[in-house]
Amino acid sequence: MNPSSFLIQIPFFPEQASNFAFEVDLFYLFLTALTGFFTILIGAAGLYFLIKYRRRSKGEVPEQIEGHLQLEIAWTLIPFAISMFIFAWGAKLYYQMYTDPKDALEIFITGKQWMWRAQHSDGQREINELHVPLGRRVKLTMTSEDVIHSYYIPAFRTKTDVVPGRYTTSWFTPTKAGEYHLFCAEYCGTQHSGMIGKVFVMDYPDYQAWLRGVPRDKSPAEAGKQFFTSLACNNCHLDGNTGRGPSLHEIFGKDVKLANGSTVKVDETYLRESILNPGAKIVGGYANDMPTFQGLVTEEQVAMIIQYIKSIGPGQGEAATAPRPAAAAPSTATPASPVAPAAQPAGRPASPKPAAPQGEQPKQN
Amino acid sequence: MANVDIYKSEGRKNYLNAATTVKSWLLTLDHKRIGLLYLFAISFFFAIGGIYATLIRLELITPQGDLLTPEMYNRVFTMHGVTMIFFFLIPSIPAVLGNFCIPLMLGAKDVAFPRLNLMSWYVFMTGASLMLYTMLSGGIDTGWTFYPPYSSIYSNSQVTVAGVAIFVTGFSSILTGLNFMVTIHTMRAPGLTWFRLPLFIWAHYATSLIMVLGTPVIAITVLALAFERTLRIGIFDPKLGGDPVLFQHMFWFYSHPAVYIMILPSMGVISELIATMTRKRIFGYNFVAFSSLAIAVFGFLVWGHHMFTTSQSMYTGMVFSLISYAVAIPSAIKTFNWTATIYKGSVSFDTPMIYALAFLGLFTIGGMTGLFLAALGLDVHLQDTYFVVAHFHYVMVGSAVIGFLGGLHYWWPKITGRLYSEAMGRVSAIIIFVGFNLTFFPQFILGQLGMPRRYHAYPPEFQVLHILSSAGASILAIGFLLPAFYLAWSLKYGEKAGANPWMAAGLEWQTPSPPPTENFTYQPVVTHEPYEFEQVPEIKQARAAELQSA
Repeated sequence: MNPSSFLIQIPFFPEQASNFAFEVDLFYLFLTALTGFFTILIGAAGLYFLIKYRRRSKGEVPEQIEGHLQLEIAWTLIPFAISMFIFAWGAKLYYQMYTDPKDALEIFITGKQWMWRAQHSDGQREINELHVPLGRRVKLTMTSEDVIHSYYIPAFRTKTDVVPGRYTTSWFTPTKAGEYHLFCAEYCGTQHSGMIGKVFVMDYPDYQAWLRGVPRDKSPAEAGKQFFTSLACNNCHLDGNTGRGPSLHEIFGKDVKLANGSTVKVDETYLRESILNPGAKIVGGYANDMPTFQGLVTEEQVAMIIQYIKSIGPGQGEAATAPRPAAAAPSTATPASPVAPAAQPAGRPASPKPAAPQGEQPKQN
Repeated sequence: MANVDIYKSEGRKNYLNAATTVKSWLLTLDHKRIGLLYLFAISFFFAIGGIYATLIRLELITPQGDLLTPEMYNRVFTMHGVTMIFFFLIPSIPAVLGNFCIPLMLGAKDVAFPRLNLMSWYVFMTGASLMLYTMLSGGIDTGWTFYPPYSSIYSNSQVTVAGVAIFVTGFSSILTGLNFMVTIHTMRAPGLTWFRLPLFIWAHYATSLIMVLGTPVIAITVLALAFERTLRIGIFDPKLGGDPVLFQHMFWFYSHPAVYIMILPSMGVISELIATMTRKRIFGYNFVAFSSLAIAVFGFLVWGHHMFTTSQSMYTGMVFSLISYAVAIPSAIKTFNWTATIYKGSVSFDTPMIYALAFLGLFTIGGMTGLFLAALGLDVHLQDTYFVVAHFHYVMVGSAVIGFLGGLHYWWPKITGRLYSEAMGRVSAIIIFVGFNLTFFPQFILGQLGMPRRYHAYPPEFQVLHILSSAGASILAIGFLLPAFYLAWSLKYGEKAGANPWMAAGLEWQTPSPPPTENFTYQPVVTHEPYEFEQVPEIKQARAAELQSA
């Protein structure tokens, strides 16, 4: 019998719908039992002493006891040993929760007073909802356009703050189909308690149908390519390091040497910083002459440009963003609920489908 | 009992009847009177904080946000936190009971710097007035944690004034802490060596250390916030080039130790209460004394456990979790030693003991649930939920407020010269204990179920637990209101307390109640350890009387 199905019978737990939920609950139960045991032990001892040694006469002075060294050592070391076990278990879980998974479906989340926007890698967008497939690793990359928020799905036992000015990530594998609460857990102003939504965990076929049914924009990488051109990034960042700026082809995930001699790994955070604050970390051999794009691009546009940069290999820029018969008019908001599978737009040749478990993005590096 | 008015004149002068003009109170340099000035001020703020709490619990009876607008609710819970923490909990025991008792316990005439002591009160009142102005002009809606960029850029409320109020009030804390440290170092009676000090003094020494070292950091932090808000200097807001998580580091560097500013003095009170009420020296005195210092030191190294989900690096989180378990140990040591003190004692169940026992129960639960939150992988789920709210109320109300009330009941005869009704005292302590648990225990379950904190409206499945909590709050309110009445009643009608109604061993009980302005009419000389009940004259007399009648 699946032990997790047994736990669900016990009240006072939210539903267990992710790979982390069972262990978090087990940990919680363990701590409840452990602390309950010691609380009752201390309470019982105290109660027994209180009754047994109640004052019998006004002038009574009990025999004085100075202390007991062995006892002090025992009740220092035993709790310490137990607490180190708790620490280790907690740290192990935390390590799993915050180590980026391999081959995950990537979804980009933007928090904004007071709504959650999600953008799937195929371009589908949704607001205050999140549709994810059952049994697949899902990685959320998140940022905020204004204040600090926190993306909390109790049924998954995951929560990560969504912080303006940086990317944070969170991941999970949904394990049970259904509809779950999504809460903003970090106080963010007037409508904080209204910044809530629903997470829908769907069987894989349903999920694919949902993806097809939702009118979508260009994929983030496609849109990012457009911005890359319209913001004139391509004027300087030429392929083959012939421009004023370094080539961005196949750069994602690599280490680059900076002008100050140190190296930095090219990840989302570095790319974002270089768009908004280009002077911070100059690549060796290049001048600090790129203007800032702070205020010219929204967080979502930055994320799209990054998706584009991630998608381009040497001379492959075109292939990765092959023109697609993109379906709908560019809509920012999408219908609230999963739409019935609509006819798939004919021919999506090079479209990166979230089909195979190897991730939705063509990995170039 | 004869209704003799000891406050006017009865031959003996004491600190209360030495002078009775308003001026004599407002310009007093007497630490006992300054303690009472603080008592009035913080009682007022406790009442205001209580009104805010009432509004919160009323709103949360129904899942829809139907009583207050979201904006009002946010202001109400923020002002509840700000008022209770900065204007009640932090000053409560040190400024009232510490001020009153420390010189008495040391056999001293006053604190080391009496003028500075009065100045602390005026500084406090200046900050308090600014906070009252903040309240009257609409309050603030940032949460007591003031996280930017919400607080620095987005909030449309009186954040700057509130920041200045906290900045100013902080200096009162710093000056009081400084005064206590110098007093403890230099004003001890002949023979009163460090290991003959009551544990109340050790606890206040540790607290003063935190006040002096920690408070400047919150002052810097709120000032930086005010600069960003008013002058748009980019410190925390990323749009201005700042880092919002930096604020959290700075804020919690003070605000976590601040928890120990609230709890350590309470632990000191409990040590006195348990010793007197069981007539036993505190089991493992040295361990209890040094655990206070250990808490003060380790308390500065755990701030990051408030930030496990804020994108700080995974390994940073692990270090903070590890140290957080280390700081839990001294608290556990204290609890074990208090329990062991009861063993083979002579246990009285007078009101202060009921409070001490309530403290032991609530502090144990508060401390144990801290183990859940320090556990990294579990905290991810529980962070920013009602589990956290329940945990810190168990520590800050269940322990700090209960400790304050227990101490107030214990020293009340010394402060006023009157006894309150024992029956009323015990009943209200039990009402508070029951009401408290009914209010806050359901919140642990709410948090585990995923109910986020600071929500004005919530999904309907949480309603039953919220109703239980609100019902408990109404019982708790009665428990908190009762002492106001019977303590006030005792001022006029209470039985006269002798010098030592609890037959306690401390120096403060050797001088009459209320004490004379100069505390002692003779220079006390200390010849033994703090809890030598064999030496207490009142106990000796009682025993002699018993032997005679036997």
